[in-house]
Amino acid sequence: MSSGTPTHCPYCALQCGMVVGGDPVRIAPRADIPAGAGGLCQKGWTAADLLTAADRLTTPLMRAHRGAPLEPCTWDAALDRIAAEIERLRAAHGPDAVAVFGGGGLTNEKAYQLGKFARVGLRTANIDYNGRFCMSSAAAALNRAFGMDRGLPVPITDLETADAILLVGGNVAETMPPFLRHLVAQRAAGGQLIVIDPRATPTARRADLHLQPTPGTDLALANGLLHIAISEGLIDEAYVAERTRGFEAVRTTVNAYWPDRVERITGVPVPHLRRAVWLLAGATGEMRSRGIDHTALILTARGAEQHADGTDTVTAYINLALALGLPGRPGSGYGCLTGQGNGQGGREHGQKADQLPGYRKIDDPAARAHVAAVWGVEPADLPGPGRSAYELLLSLGTAAGPKALLLFGSNPVVSAPHAAAVEERLDALEFLVVADFVPSETARRADVVLPTTQWAEESGTITNLEGRVLRRERAVSPPPDVRGDLAVLAALADRLNAPGKWSGDPVEVFDELRRASAGGIADYSGITYERIAAEGGVFWPCPDAEHPGTPRPFLDRFATADGRARFTAVEHRGAVEDVCADYPVYLTTGRVLAHYQSGAQTRRVDRLNAAAPEPFVELHPDLAERLGIAAGTLVRVISRRGTATVRARPTETIRPDTVFVPFHWAGAGRANLLTNPALDPLSRMPEFKVCAVRLEAV
Amino acid sequence: MSEHDARGVAPAGRGRAAQRIVVAGNGMAGSRFVTEMRARDPHASITVFGEEARQPYNRVLLSSVLAGTAQPHQIGLVDPSWYAEHDIDARLGVAITKIDRADGAVVAADGTITPYDTLVLATGSAPIVPPIPGTEGGLPHGAVAFRTLDDCADILRAARPGGHAVVIGGGLLGIEAARGLAGRGLSVTVLHLMGHLMERQLDAEAGKVLARTLAGLGIRVRLAVRVAALSTRRDPGGDRVVGVELAHEDRAAELLPADVVVLACGVRPEVGLARAAGLAVERGIVVDEALRSVTDPAIRAIGECAQYGDVVYGLVAPAWEQATVLADLLSGSRPAARYTGSRQITRLKAASVDLATMGETHHGSHDEDVEVMQFADAARGTYKKVVIREDRVIGAILLGETSTAGTLTQLYDRAAPLPADRLALMFHGLTAAPAADSPVRMPDAAEVCNCNSVTKGQIRACWEDGARTVEEVTSRTRATTGCGTCADAVAGIVRWLADQSPV
Repeated sequence: MSSGTPTHCPYCALQCGMVVGGDPVRIAPRADIPAGAGGLCQKGWTAADLLTAADRLTTPLMRAHRGAPLEPCTWDAALDRIAAEIERLRAAHGPDAVAVFGGGGLTNEKAYQLGKFARVGLRTANIDYNGRFCMSSAAAALNRAFGMDRGLPVPITDLETADAILLVGGNVAETMPPFLRHLVAQRAAGGQLIVIDPRATPTARRADLHLQPTPGTDLALANGLLHIAISEGLIDEAYVAERTRGFEAVRTTVNAYWPDRVERITGVPVPHLRRAVWLLAGATGEMRSRGIDHTALILTARGAEQHADGTDTVTAYINLALALGLPGRPGSGYGCLTGQGNGQGGREHGQKADQLPGYRKIDDPAARAHVAAVWGVEPADLPGPGRSAYELLLSLGTAAGPKALLLFGSNPVVSAPHAAAVEERLDALEFLVVADFVPSETARRADVVLPTTQWAEESGTITNLEGRVLRRERAVSPPPDVRGDLAVLAALADRLNAPGKWSGDPVEVFDELRRASAGGIADYSGITYERIAAEGGVFWPCPDAEHPGTPRPFLDRFATADGRARFTAVEHRGAVEDVCADYPVYLTTGRVLAHYQSGAQTRRVDRLNAAAPEPFVELHPDLAERLGIAAGTLVRVISRRGTATVRARPTETIRPDTVFVPFHWAGAGRANLLTNPALDPLSRMPEFKVCAVRLEAV
Repeated sequence: MSEHDARGVAPAGRGRAAQRIVVAGNGMAGSRFVTEMRARDPHASITVFGEEARQPYNRVLLSSVLAGTAQPHQIGLVDPSWYAEHDIDARLGVAITKIDRADGAVVAADGTITPYDTLVLATGSAPIVPPIPGTEGGLPHGAVAFRTLDDCADILRAARPGGHAVVIGGGLLGIEAARGLAGRGLSVTVLHLMGHLMERQLDAEAGKVLARTLAGLGIRVRLAVRVAALSTRRDPGGDRVVGVELAHEDRAAELLPADVVVLACGVRPEVGLARAAGLAVERGIVVDEALRSVTDPAIRAIGECAQYGDVVYGLVAPAWEQATVLADLLSGSRPAARYTGSRQITRLKAASVDLATMGETHHGSHDEDVEVMQFADAARGTYKKVVIREDRVIGAILLGETSTAGTLTQLYDRAAPLPADRLALMFHGLTAAPAADSPVRMPDAAEVCNCNSVTKGQIRACWEDGARTVEEVTSRTRATTGCGTCADAVAGIVRWLADQSPV
């Protein structure tokens, strides 16, 4: 099919290309977008169904008072009410009384305007977003090591020529299926794939080597691999000397991670540890010393990152990559696989608590001066850093916390850890506003619901997992009474008499974003809508119109002050909540192929519901038998925080000491009723990926 | 609490005097405790005395140094600069000579007196030197009781390729040393008093297989032999070993020539300081669950000098568990922390000799209440044994092939119930998912394309509806359009359907 508008899938960070058009709306894959490689999974194929979701929000809704039902109202009534509540709460408690929560699915323009609205329109420090629950640990580790947080250091097609890829805690076969095409091509060309995952996922089953560690031990595993690489003489000493700092402290630390100690911690047998190192490093250090330029990539995803030691875990894998001389070499390096549709761009332009556009730090005076000038305000008027996502949610409605929340593009009732506590805090607010295009579980608790346009009804830019800025195009007309998030924010800014210019037009907002990001780490100033269309996307940083963009940063230098990458010594800490007599089994959470994030979108698509109708718990048949749990029966999964009731799905692909529950569903089967909100000290990432539970047959 | 203590001195730290912790010993246990303690408490005053002047190092890796797979500078556990950066008073190369319990202070070899609120004894152990002729006045040159990095250097100085080495003691350390020296081109003989190697960890059959494996690596093993003496010659620099004399009951003594003799006859806890200070000492310093001396609550002991229950642990893992518990307690970060004993897992570190053992391995199949699983392939050096009681692993040996060691180790550590498939305890990968089924046997409900949830039945329905090529099936079902990995399977089904239908 060729008729229609070229755009991108509404879901994950792979941002597969698609052509959208016709009546009824039809979707066809685009072959000209390298990341998707011409593929689409069933989420993409059925995305048009979102446009006609039965309960699509088509008019603003408002409650007269708490306890009253949500009833249709006019935009003026809704916006006036919001502005009045904001004014009232600000007058009573100060500007921090109003908080903003964003999402990693918002376009760059929206993420930017949301951050600006919080700082200039509301003057609140309290803004953060659900990307805190996704990318924050990788981001913190990348910044610490390389001075720059760009998920992939190479175009995705470089994967296909890698001699070895180590994928840690990622199940791309289900989370971004067309990604697998790159891995299949890599293996077809003779490359080796190693997967680390406590489950034998469809991705792990495609690997040449699958390491199946105990949940919460990925860091020890990385240190163990580095120990072996050192003892077997596979370190690229010349690279370490020329391009890095800090290796000696790391070497000393990993001296304490000899193979059988790591085997005991992780459960991964020593021969497999050694084989992994040789597959990975044999392709680099040893080969390179023989003059053969082999390439290898180490990639992490949420399985490694969503832990209270997630930043250090990623750092441990970066240390391994640096010791093997990978980052900054063509076709090699360390990367993380960004999850949400605009998970990369969404973390660059100011919806993060401590950040201003262009990946600037909000506590950096020069950054404040630059951005304040673009926004037409005084630097001193910009608030400082605010609370991280879970801490922000937990503070809602408390004496010292915000009294109102404006929420865009997120559904924390389902997606936040320890979800029952989050519900309680949302209910304690005096005023909750949710902008969404469907009545999500969170929207249903709101005082005012604003109906917004969705992916194919609006234009904007997104930055995919490669760091490539792409254009999402309006392909169909939105329902008459819905508005774009940009226009909503501009209208609110207007009502609040916010200084500066506010536009509802994505091109105008992007132009302002370019100026605000100029000179920052994520510099978009040379990127235009025209260039994106003409060049098939542009890699940031791109500091001026003549700059070609940066597909492979770090080839010459890292983005640190002295241009060298930093090793950081890190120690294994293990799961915050270990198994015990009362909670004897590890729980890990994750995704299934047919659903995306909190399911607010995909649970509204019949075909996807047919493929994956309800939550379940994967458990080993031995465990099921011991507990007297039959396949397909309901099971109570109980943690210290709550109980989720889900159907049993025995499978040999999981460790007998671990169970898995996907987190896409609301209600009694919500995985996040169970998860542990212990936070990483640096990234403030919650420990989604491991906690202790027990199982009971219902 | 008052801002000032009884003497009116402004205390350090925030509002109260930082506790003064003195650590005697900077080996595996002591150095681990110091780093764990500092990680939990940035304020505690910590002084550590170490007899060795160098930075603490990983003793587990000494045999790797001996084998040449690690360099001495590559086994450090704490960088020398770390102490100053973390405000720790490190007295390296200074031994403690006396504990003055009445004053709460230790006296060091350099004459200094250091007061403590808590004294942590981590004095480790010393190698046993058998009382035989040739060792009375200390060991002669070329004979080394293998314990430290210096010992390692001494052994390597005496070891030259083509030379003769005799290792006295066929336990873990002796075998590792023998393997290392053999790898360096020496002719090596291991002498062992008992009837089979590593008799504490291995049953007789495993010992036999191990000896055979070592023989294949050029290491001679002599079992049930008694060393009568070291024979020496007088050199200008002092006595030098030239051989080992074996005593035989039925024939004359035998002389094995040797350029280097490694003594690996076990260790004895270093309890001299504790005993002199009047602490309860049996085989080690007797401690309770809080690792406190049962005699003096201000003194704690960890590592190879400590005795908990009836056990003195000689492995690193228990020492580190103790260090962690003690740091939890002394920092107050986990006041309920208790040490309740360790499960002991032993891994031999020797090239081409994979060996893991744990727990009670000596049971035979005739023993009541236990199940014993065994597999032996002596010709290939493989021996596996798992001892099970009440659905739990209580002991195991994996020799020659250890890919289930990770699984067994964790089952043993946690006393976890065993898998229904007992073979998985001994053999890895037997239960791996079967390869893709042939289209014939695949049920209609089987999902062929996961990305688009397309079953074999749907493809068959397409066929019956007139689709005759993969392209037609794809355009109707979207099979193969996601990750693309089912393309072969879809093509196979289409081909099979074509073969089935009448021409």
